Amino acid sequence: MEIVPLGDSALIVHVRERFEDAPDQTLTEVLRTFRRLQDAAIPGVIELAPAYTTVAVFFDPIVVGSAAPKPDEALDRLMRRVREVVAAGADRGRRVRSRKSNARLVEIPVCYDPEFALDLDHVASQAKLTPTEVVDLHSRTEYRVSCIGFLPGFPFLAGLPKELSTPRRATPRKEIPAGSVGIGGAQTGIYPLRSPGGWNLIGRTPLHLFDPEKTPPAFLCAGDRVRFRAITREEFEALAP
Amino acid sequence: MTATAFHAGFLTSVQDLGRTGHRQFGVSLAGALDVFALRVANLIVRNDESAAVLEITFGGLRLQFADERIVAWCGGDFDVQIGSRSLPAGHATCLQGGEEVKFGRPKIGCRAWLAISGGVDVPIVLGSRSTDLRANFGGLGGRALRDGDVLQLGARPASPIPATERISSWSASKPWSQTAVSTPVLRFVRGASWDLFNDVTIQRFTSEAFAVSSDSDRMGVRLDGPELRRDNDVDLISEAVAPGTIQVPSNGKPILLLGDCQTIGGYPKIAHVITVDLRIAAQLRAGDHVRFSEVSLADAHRLLLERESELKRFRIGLSLHAV
Repeated sequence: MEIVPLGDSALIVHVRERFEDAPDQTLTEVLRTFRRLQDAAIPGVIELAPAYTTVAVFFDPIVVGSAAPKPDEALDRLMRRVREVVAAGADRGRRVRSRKSNARLVEIPVCYDPEFALDLDHVASQAKLTPTEVVDLHSRTEYRVSCIGFLPGFPFLAGLPKELSTPRRATPRKEIPAGSVGIGGAQTGIYPLRSPGGWNLIGRTPLHLFDPEKTPPAFLCAGDRVRFRAITREEFEALAP
Repeated sequence: MTATAFHAGFLTSVQDLGRTGHRQFGVSLAGALDVFALRVANLIVRNDESAAVLEITFGGLRLQFADERIVAWCGGDFDVQIGSRSLPAGHATCLQGGEEVKFGRPKIGCRAWLAISGGVDVPIVLGSRSTDLRANFGGLGGRALRDGDVLQLGARPASPIPATERISSWSASKPWSQTAVSTPVLRFVRGASWDLFNDVTIQRFTSEAFAVSSDSDRMGVRLDGPELRRDNDVDLISEAVAPGTIQVPSNGKPILLLGDCQTIGGYPKIAHVITVDLRIAAQLRAGDHVRFSEVSLADAHRLLLERESELKRFRIGLSLHAV
C-alpha cells in the first residue's frame, strides 16, 4: 500500500494497483479502507473520498501541523497513522463482510425511447447489434458503482458488457439533460444534472440522482449494485416529478 | 435587513469557506477562491471569520444598503467608491442606510471579497452558504447575482455601531488585503505524475512563463505556453484532485484547478500549487503571465502555519480596539 501526498492538504492511499483486473474485489477493498479511516476519525482529517483504486484523505494542515512536536514531522505522523488504521483493517478484513453480495441493489427505471437515446443507433452499429438488442443487454446486466464524481451524484458504473463499449464522442455536447443515461468507453453512467458531456446517450431516467436538500445528497454511492429497468414513455411521464 | 444589487457586475456570487464533507458524493468545494481574504475581510467588520461574503469578479457591482452596515473588502487592485469617497482594500467603513458601494474594473487581478457586518444570509445547503455555480445550488438560488437582486443580510451585532474614527482604525496591512501582483509566481510541490515528464519538459515547466487563457473560470485556470507533453501517453485511473492541482491533458496545456473543480480526474498531475499561494492563483486573469517555483512540502506547511499565527495576532490586535 502506497501513500502519496496530493498537494499540501491531502494524501492518496493506493489500495490496489489496477481496477479492471478485479473490479469487485478492488471496490470491496477500497470501501473497507474508506470505512476503516472513517471510523478511526483521525484528528485533523476533514473528509475522505474513494475512487476506483484509491481513497483520498483530506486534512487540515494547520490542525495536523499544530499537533506535532515539530511541524516537519506532522505529515510523517499523519501518514503513519493512516497506514496503521488501514493495516488494522486488513487484519480483520476477512471477518468484515463488505463484499459485493452485501451491497444494496438499486433499480433505476430508464426510458430508452429514441427521443432520449440520441446515440443508441451509433452504439448499436459499433456493437453490430440492433438497438433493441443494445437495450436488452444494457438493462439485463447488473452494474456496480465504482465511483461518484465528475458531477455531484454522477455514478461511474462498472460491468458494461464488452460489446457495448463505445468511445466518447469526439466533440462533447454543450448540454445534456439531467437523467440522461450514457456510455463512455467501457463504463455506463447517468448525468444527474444538466451539463456538458461527451458520453453516448442511450436513454433517460425520471429519477433525481442528486438533491442537495437530502441526506445523503446523492441517490447512489460507491459500492451500490445497480440494475436498469426499461420503462415506456408513459411510465417515464408518470414517474417524473 | 437587505442590500440591493442595482448592478450585479460581471460575476458576483455568495461564498463562504466552502463545502466540505461531501466529496464522496462528487460535491465540489466551491467557496471563496481566496479564503484568507474572506477571513481577513470578515474579521475587519467584526463578523465570524466564516461568514458568507460576496465574491466579485471584474467589478461592476453596485450595492445599496437598507440599513447601517460596516463593510470591508480584500482582493485585487479595485477602485471602490462609496459616494464620493474611495474605500481602499482592508479598511472598514460604515455605510448609512441608502448609501451605495460601487466596484470599478480592477487594474491588476480580477476578484474581490466584500464582507458586510452581519454577513450575507442565504440558506445553508450541505453545510455551506457557498454558491455551487456548476451544480446550481447554494448561495442565492444556486446562481450568480443578477441586476436588481435583493440580498438578505444577517443580524448586526447588538452593540451600537462605534464612532467613525474608531471603525476606520480597523484595518489590515496592504500585503494581506490587496493580493494581486503584476508578475505572479506560484510556488508548488511535486505531483504524483512528476516523474512521467522528461527533464526537458520539467525544465520548461519550472523556467518558462505561461499565459492565462480566456477560457478560465472558477473551475480552473487554463494555461497556454510551452507544451508539457509526455513520452508515454497512457490513461491513468481517475482519483481525487483538489484546488491547486495542476493537471496536464494530452494536448500538453496545463490546467490549474480552483475551488469549483470536480472531485476526481484522470489527467496526470504534474504539481500542486501550495495553499498559501492559492490567493495569487485566484487573481489570475486572461493575458497574465505566471511562473512556477518548487518548494518542499515541509516549506508549504511552514508557510501556512506562519500565516495562521500572523492571523491569530491580527485577531488579537483587532480585539484590543475596543468596540
